[in-house]
This record gives sequence, C-alpha cells and structure tokens, in this order.
Amino acid sequence: MNTDSPLKQTPLHALHVSLGARMVPFAGYDMPVQYPAGVLKEHLHTRSAAGLFDVSHMGQVILRPKSGRIEDAALALEKLVPVDVLGLAEGRQRYALFTDNDGHILDDLMVANRGDHLFLVVNASCKEADFAHLQKHLGDTCELTLLDDRALIALQGPRAESVLAELWADIATMRFMDVAEAALHDVPCIISRSGYTGEDGFEISIPAASAEDVTRRILEHPDVMPIGLGARDSLRLEAGLCLYGNDIDTTTTPVEAGLEWAMQKARRAGGAREGGFPGAHVILGQFAEGAGRRRVGLKPEGKAPVRGGAPLFADAEGKVPAGTVTSGGFGPSADHPVAMGYVDKAHTANGTKLFAEVRGKYLPITVSALPFVTPTYKR
Amino acid sequence: MLKFTDEHEWLKIEGDIATVGITAHAAEQLGDLVFVELPESGTALDKGATAATVESVKAASDVYCPLDGEIVESNQAIVDDPALVNSDPQGAGWFFKLKLSDPSAVDALLDEAAYKELIA
Repeated sequence: MNTDSPLKQTPLHALHVSLGARMVPFAGYDMPVQYPAGVLKEHLHTRSAAGLFDVSHMGQVILRPKSGRIEDAALALEKLVPVDVLGLAEGRQRYALFTDNDGHILDDLMVANRGDHLFLVVNASCKEADFAHLQKHLGDTCELTLLDDRALIALQGPRAESVLAELWADIATMRFMDVAEAALHDVPCIISRSGYTGEDGFEISIPAASAEDVTRRILEHPDVMPIGLGARDSLRLEAGLCLYGNDIDTTTTPVEAGLEWAMQKARRAGGAREGGFPGAHVILGQFAEGAGRRRVGLKPEGKAPVRGGAPLFADAEGKVPAGTVTSGGFGPSADHPVAMGYVDKAHTANGTKLFAEVRGKYLPITVSALPFVTPTYKR
Repeated sequence: MLKFTDEHEWLKIEGDIATVGITAHAAEQLGDLVFVELPESGTALDKGATAATVESVKAASDVYCPLDGEIVESNQAIVDDPALVNSDPQGAGWFFKLKLSDPSAVDALLDEAAYKELIA
C-alpha cells in the first residue's frame, strides 16, 4: 500500500470525529482506533451489551450471473475458493477463502446468496486486488460491481438483537449466517447475522447517503456504544478469528491455518466437485497428510502480552525453534494475555509448553484451544 | 522541582534522587495499560536506555531513562495494578526512583511551561 496517498474516509467519518474518536490510518482509510471510553471498556461493553463498529472500509462486491442463473455465478466463484458455493441456499452466508496456485491464502471473505446474485464482503486492504482477481477469472460469466455507495456497520453483543428488534421485529427469526433485506428507519438495508467478535450480532449494509442517520439513531440506544479498531482486534483475537495479513496470508494454507471447516465436503477429496480451485493439489494433499505446521491458540503463562512476530521455542534457552506468534495481546474478557500463531506439528497438542522470546527473555506460553471465550452465535 | 522530557516523562527532583513517571498526556495517548515491567533496584542506566516497558491492550511501548543514574526503587504498585498509571499518572502511578549521576543535568530538562507548549 502506498502510505503517501491521502487517506480515504468512510461515510461515517464525520460521526467518528464528532464522537471524539482517535483516528488512525488503517488499510488506506482514516479509521477510529478508539473512542473516549477506551479499548478496555469498549471491549467489555461489546461482550456485555452491544458494540457498534464502522466496517465500511471493507469491500462489498456484487456478482451477478450474466445467464440470470445463480448456479452459474456459484460455479464460477467455486473456481477461486475451496468452498461449496453451489450448496449455499438463498438467504444464507458462508465464510470463504481466495487461494493461489500454491494453495496459499489471497484473502478471506464472506459470500452470501441473495437470490439473483452473490454478495461478497472482502478485506479493505485486499479489495482492489480481489476485484481484479474476480474480474479476470469471472468476468465472462458474471457482471461484477465493487460498491462504493454503501456503508457497512456491525452491531455485536448479547443486546444486538433486542436493539435491532425495536427497528425490525423479524430480526429475531434470523439464525447465525442468515442474510435478509429490511428497512431500518425506512432505509433499505442488507442484514446478516454474523460478525467478528465471537458474539451474536449483525452486519448491516446501508446506502451511504443514509448511513450516518441510521447509525446515529442506533447509537442513541442506551445499550449501544461505538467501538474502535482496537477493541475489534482484541475481541476477534479472544474469539480465535484470523486477521488477514497477520494470521493468514500468501505464506499460509487453509489447512495450516486450521480452516478445514471452511471447506465443505463437496470440495474435498471424494466430494461431488472435488478440487477445481487454485492450489487444490497442495491443499487436498495437506488435508490427507496434514501440514508441517498449524495455527494454534497460545496462552502466555505470565502477565506480559506476547505480540505478533515473537519467535517460539521448545526450550527455555531459545535453542529449538518451534514456530512464531502471529497475533497477540491482552484479552480483557479472558483477563489474561492471549495469542495465536503457527507451531511445528510436533508441538500442536493442547497443553504443550513452549517459550516465546520477548525483549530477550523466554516467557512460558502454553498451546491452548481456541477460542479463549465461548461464542454465543444463535445457530 | 518538577521537570519534563520530550519523551513525555516527568521527574520530581529531591536532592540527587529523581522520581520518574509518564505524563498524563502520555498515559492518555497509551490508553488503558494492562502490563508494566520495571527495572530492578541497583540497575545502572544511561540516558536514553530502555528503563521500563508498558503495554496497552493494543501495543507495547518503552519508557526511556531520562538521565544517567542508578535505579534505587521501583513502584511495585503499578506492576500489580497497571491501571494506576492511567488513573494517577503524576502521583501514585510513578515508575521508579533514580539516583542521578550528575544532578546538575536536570537543568537541561524542560520545565512545566515548556512541556505544556510541547504537547499543545
């Protein structure tokens, strides 16, 4: 990314500033890292009530089949992702990964079946590259649109449903990963029951022109607090969710990342549409034989947070390399430091004692099951 | 006598002992602290050397030794409860006491008016 170019703003930029947010550059956008309440309170509020996030920097893409048949769009997209898109029912959403020819991960994304088209949400830092990738491989079968006239917000936490039910009563009928269209304050929105916090919650795509008005009204609810990128990161880390660019990237495969669950049976060996995505030989090979390393949860035993980039060792003297931490910090709900990273396959069992190098010291850290908090998705 | 550095530390000078902490401005910029690591008593440090490490939820930051000297006491209270640094940065949230090698060196530090101008 060219850091010299001027920062872009989301449709909610003025709102963040008026709320006293501290703004930082993130993926080319001027984004709120925290509001006056601070990262700790924002994190805990999201887990106890409801937190509102601006995620408008992410890419929203429409994939419309030229034939008019949604199956054609699904099969076309399946050429780029190791995911069962054809089997995704109307009104449902699914996690997916773009892979490259070596089986590495180009981006992670959400795919929704919206009846006559597919709706994709991709990472902000990858959206131009993703769109070019889609255009190149799907341009002949689909009409592609990268939406620049919609905001995206997330409302996450145990009160998210009751807050939105005051605006749209049917919201309670949605299950985890359902996608629906509804008017909030008379503004047509696309709502999915999903998120990036480990909490029940919703992601809402809103026409840009009405985004500030709808968001301000939701923020007026006493249960709702605005949440910045700082708490978004600590929430997703406790929930064991990958951050593209940290935990998954073009050096990691879905199997190494422990994302086998994202590859449905239809695309695995022996499935109805086995393989047929970039890097299938590598990924299906790792499926059968396992990968040489794997992403695991890591719990530092002391009070010191262990951050991304910290080398891991099997011994307290730092002689036997065991892997690398990819994300780490303090978990406000876990109330202890939390981390994740890649370790060699010999060290992946939960309870394995390792050592992380932090400021020249070797701190004990234990391989632990992810997530660090119990998710409350409404399945 | 109260002095400041452009690294956002304050020093309360009593004879050849400086009590050192981070300013309210620095504490606010760092956000809620969750971890503090302090130097042990007896450690000799040069000006500019890393004396302490603080971590917020989001990031780790170093606190530099403002002048040459030797650590004579560290504030265990902020190790046990890092939030003290945020709630009372220029009081109970002090970091360490430094026996200055050259007490006259404090003259080169900022006074309160100059520091306020720096962060204005």
